[in-house]
Amino acid sequence: MIAGLLRPDSGRIVVDGTVLVDTARGIFVPKHRRRIGYVFQEPRLFPHLTVRHNLLFGRWFTAPAARREQFHDVVSLLGIEHLLDRRPGALSGGEKQRVAIGRALLASPRVLLMDEPLASLDAPRKDEILPYIERLRDEARIPIVYVSHSVAEVARLATSVVLMSDGRVDAVGPVAAVFGRLDLYPKTGRFEAGAVIEAEVAEHDQRFGLTYLDHAAGRITVPRLEVPKGARVRIRIRSRDVIVAVQRPAGISALNVLPGRIVEVARSDGPVQDLRIALSGDSILARVTQRSIVELGLEPGREVFAIVKSVAIESASTRLAPPSEEEGVPRLLDL
Amino acid sequence: MPEFTAEELAAIGLSLRVAFWAMLGSLPFGILVALALARGRFWGKTFVDGLVHLPLVLPPVVTGYLLLLLFGRRGPIGELLEQSFGIVLAFRWTGAALAGAIMGFPLMVRAIRLSIETVDRRLEDAAGTLGANRFWVFALVTLPLTLPGIVAGMLLSFAKSLGEFGATITFVSNIPGQTQTLASAIYAYTQVPGGDAQALRLTFVSIVISMAALLASELLARRVRKRLAGD
Repeated sequence: MIAGLLRPDSGRIVVDGTVLVDTARGIFVPKHRRRIGYVFQEPRLFPHLTVRHNLLFGRWFTAPAARREQFHDVVSLLGIEHLLDRRPGALSGGEKQRVAIGRALLASPRVLLMDEPLASLDAPRKDEILPYIERLRDEARIPIVYVSHSVAEVARLATSVVLMSDGRVDAVGPVAAVFGRLDLYPKTGRFEAGAVIEAEVAEHDQRFGLTYLDHAAGRITVPRLEVPKGARVRIRIRSRDVIVAVQRPAGISALNVLPGRIVEVARSDGPVQDLRIALSGDSILARVTQRSIVELGLEPGREVFAIVKSVAIESASTRLAPPSEEEGVPRLLDL
Repeated sequence: MPEFTAEELAAIGLSLRVAFWAMLGSLPFGILVALALARGRFWGKTFVDGLVHLPLVLPPVVTGYLLLLLFGRRGPIGELLEQSFGIVLAFRWTGAALAGAIMGFPLMVRAIRLSIETVDRRLEDAAGTLGANRFWVFALVTLPLTLPGIVAGMLLSFAKSLGEFGATITFVSNIPGQTQTLASAIYAYTQVPGGDAQALRLTFVSIVISMAALLASELLARRVRKRLAGD
């Protein structure tokens, strides 16, 4: 609907002040005049054109004054220089999707719309492309609407999250705020429940292959990250990887013991409950049994220690945090 | 093999010219009609489909006779063409090309239509989001991807015109050097005593031309397919 492939029964779509759809006023801008860079689930490259001409396709239809992206910048950002003279039939799935991203970008769109761009790829291909999407977000000054069912992808890439289920918006907000909420996990799937927090790289430990992060609540140890000292990173800690202790434990292999205070206990009937623990401003989630809650007296206000194994903090969820100001957030979409 | 006579050479040349122009002249119409039939939703589509296929089913003599009625010098369209543009089709080689084009039209449309139907509409959507309007989507995406069908359709039309006999002889007759094509020349030779040798020679020429056309289109189609599949 944002791109104009579907016509909504009713609603309004505004991108950066330009009305694309307003059923009340009978406005429907056709897809070729919307300048929405659409990256589809499957690459949809033109098989009869070389990669170069695929990339330049949208540029032909962009007025010279509106061309913001430089061909060579986009090509090197996506690492596709060596593919330019080939045809799409000869590319791997990951390469095709990178070319598709470049093609959408070179049409100098108002907003880049990525509709599950990784869904049709296997895990190694996803890992190949994700860094490029991160660079895109950080370097190309263009808002991105990224549609995904993968909580891990969203936690890694998003600045703001709109959580939708059954066609309704359940939550809107910065990624840490939305993932820190307990009441949303029935929607995202309990297995994926986990909070997102940000921290700064303090130092790297060469000997043990670790990286230490500074967080207001204390030092967080994670497997080595290939990011410079001082960089801000975002990590996702799944609630099932967190142990809660009422005293500071000793003689324990887990390297992260963070003091905090329980602020919320999810109310549910099952044997397992989620807790939200405030850690100096941020919060993380912990999944414990009903029995532990009763035996340890885990209730809001209780001072506890959250224990996280370093190895449970996956490097996949560790990345450069996007700029915290709101400039990367598209002003759009009241649907 | 003895030298060809002037009459035989004229028949060979005329056949090639007729088939070439029948193919080329009907191509734009063939693409448009195929597009309308493959994509269009309009009232009377089944009727148009039937009309296009009619020459395939009708006895060629009937088609030729209808052409004579419509495009003859006193036919409604023929008269208009002659008065407005000075174009006369009846009993000219151009008329033979028209007859060939009409007879080959259903084959050409079928081939192109099938090819259009296999084009992935999602690619056209993608082109649309990149800023291409409907015309450019057609010119830059749909048409190139239809190329295999267009090549096949052109060959079928060419081959049909080359072999066309019934409609041609009815519409433009069999005037040596003017409207006598290979097919009608062979027919004429078989009707005169002692013409067997000449008929056989022209038969051989027909086989060579047909084979060459088949091979050329196969090579072309292979190149197109290879391009679409990647290097």
